[in-house]
Amino acid sequence: MALDITWAVDWVRRSAAVISEHRVELLTLDREIGDGDHGENMDRGFQAVLPKLDDLPAGSTPGDVLKLVATTLISTVGGAAGPLYGTAYLKGAVAAGPATSLDGAAIAALLAAARDGIVTRGKAEPGDKTMIDAWTPAVDAAEAAANDGGSAADVLAAAADAARSGAEATEPLVARKGRASYLGERSAGHRDPGAQSTALLLQAAADAANAAAGA
Amino acid sequence: MHGRAACGSHGEGTSVKKIINDPKRVVDESVAGFGLAHADLVRVALDPIHVVRADAPIAGKVGIVSGGGSGHEPLHAGYVGFGMLDAAVPGAVFTSPTPDPILAATKAVDGGAGVLHIVKNYTGDVLNFETAADLAAAEGIEVRAVVTNDDVAVKDSLYTAGRRGVAGTVLVEKIAGAAAERGDSLEEVATIAERVNANVRSMGLALTPCIVPHAGEPSFTLAEDEIEIGIGIHGEPGRERIKLEPADALVDRLLGPILEDLPFEGGDDVLLFVNGMGGTPLVELYLAYRRAAEVLEERGITIARSLVGNFITALEMQGMSISVLRLDDEMIALWDAPVQTAALRWGR
Repeated sequence: MALDITWAVDWVRRSAAVISEHRVELLTLDREIGDGDHGENMDRGFQAVLPKLDDLPAGSTPGDVLKLVATTLISTVGGAAGPLYGTAYLKGAVAAGPATSLDGAAIAALLAAARDGIVTRGKAEPGDKTMIDAWTPAVDAAEAAANDGGSAADVLAAAADAARSGAEATEPLVARKGRASYLGERSAGHRDPGAQSTALLLQAAADAANAAAGA
Repeated sequence: MHGRAACGSHGEGTSVKKIINDPKRVVDESVAGFGLAHADLVRVALDPIHVVRADAPIAGKVGIVSGGGSGHEPLHAGYVGFGMLDAAVPGAVFTSPTPDPILAATKAVDGGAGVLHIVKNYTGDVLNFETAADLAAAEGIEVRAVVTNDDVAVKDSLYTAGRRGVAGTVLVEKIAGAAAERGDSLEEVATIAERVNANVRSMGLALTPCIVPHAGEPSFTLAEDEIEIGIGIHGEPGRERIKLEPADALVDRLLGPILEDLPFEGGDDVLLFVNGMGGTPLVELYLAYRRAAEVLEERGITIARSLVGNFITALEMQGMSISVLRLDDEMIALWDAPVQTAALRWGR
């Protein structure tokens, strides 16, 4: 089945919950190789989105929800994560367009647009030990699942699995972008906090899709 | 190892002692206090949070805006006033401000001659200031940005986010501010800011970590006898961890890479800036200055101007940075020009 506004709103609520739940984990990861604020900043951003969901006008689309997330994260998160995630949701919203429901191919296109937006803003490449290392395998897996005719839920499940593996795979990498890059070799052995938050957010999207499919 | 031991009075199991109310309100409450203390110099807006020179906007004068994470006080709000910044945008502790307050500050100081953003080279600061500059341009304000990157501790910019903007930023803000005050155009102010940035080199060290209020734990850990060489202004690492050494040896470790990098040569006139990271007393900073001056003299480098004190800090971190700026006559005149801010004031 295709995913509609209910899924999009549920994704945001689940995102806020999962980021809140993992706030300390993200802070700890960031303290090890960054500046120790990622969990705090992301939690502040998603908590700021929640009350705004209630004010969405009737007839809003999944794209409207993503745009609301984008503008809220840009204006509340700060750091590098604010503009990067903000851009991701904004590009995702543009890709979703005015559609009221999104099938597997549309979801894959949305994720690809989000990833491309992050690359354009942050100029990171795969292997630099950034959130791109979770996004890139997620987009590849999503596109493969969509090409195989997968449903929107299948596409998101594939993306979430690949993002989780991608985040885990950042552990041995030496950072070449962002604040962790100042550590050089010493950044190896730690998971990238941005890749980890990406994995959490995509898992929330997949869980929301499963819930929608089960409903 | 374990970090808390390195924090002196904060023993295992005790909570960190800070003079705060709610960790989430630290910046708001501190900036509000700054506004009350310096009402003759600045106006403070709390939503979105920014600090503006009391007489801004000044018609026909280039506006200068800087900003970044809080926790580096007096940077940047302490430099708002006559002859320096027109506005400062404090983010959460160690977190870049978002584009909204940067845009609000930019609009508040636009006197029709354009606005210069002075941005320290940290990924978040650059991204948020870029976004704000795009928004300001869409509203018809001409914005130029100068990104400072004076930290020599970061070696290879191809494989990192590039050299960080650290203590040299204070010197860029003072000299660019004086240029704007004397009526230079946006192009001219940006050019001299670039020139200062191109001629200043810095490097720092930390004896202890610092504790971000909302995290409640040290942002990194150091053993009792360990220090970190080449830190940025958040304590994030640079070159290496070593055992504590006497002051003269530490100064030599910082000055060596600084002098080699530009390079500074005999016959140069320089400004020597010894900066405390917040938790190191002035008595130690002057002790370090003594050795730095000795090294420069040995090399035939003339210290034409100097600055010693806590001007760009990392919360309660113990440590210091050294910056050397190669001066020309125009830079000296602009450095000497009157300035009236909370943290720097002379000549007026």
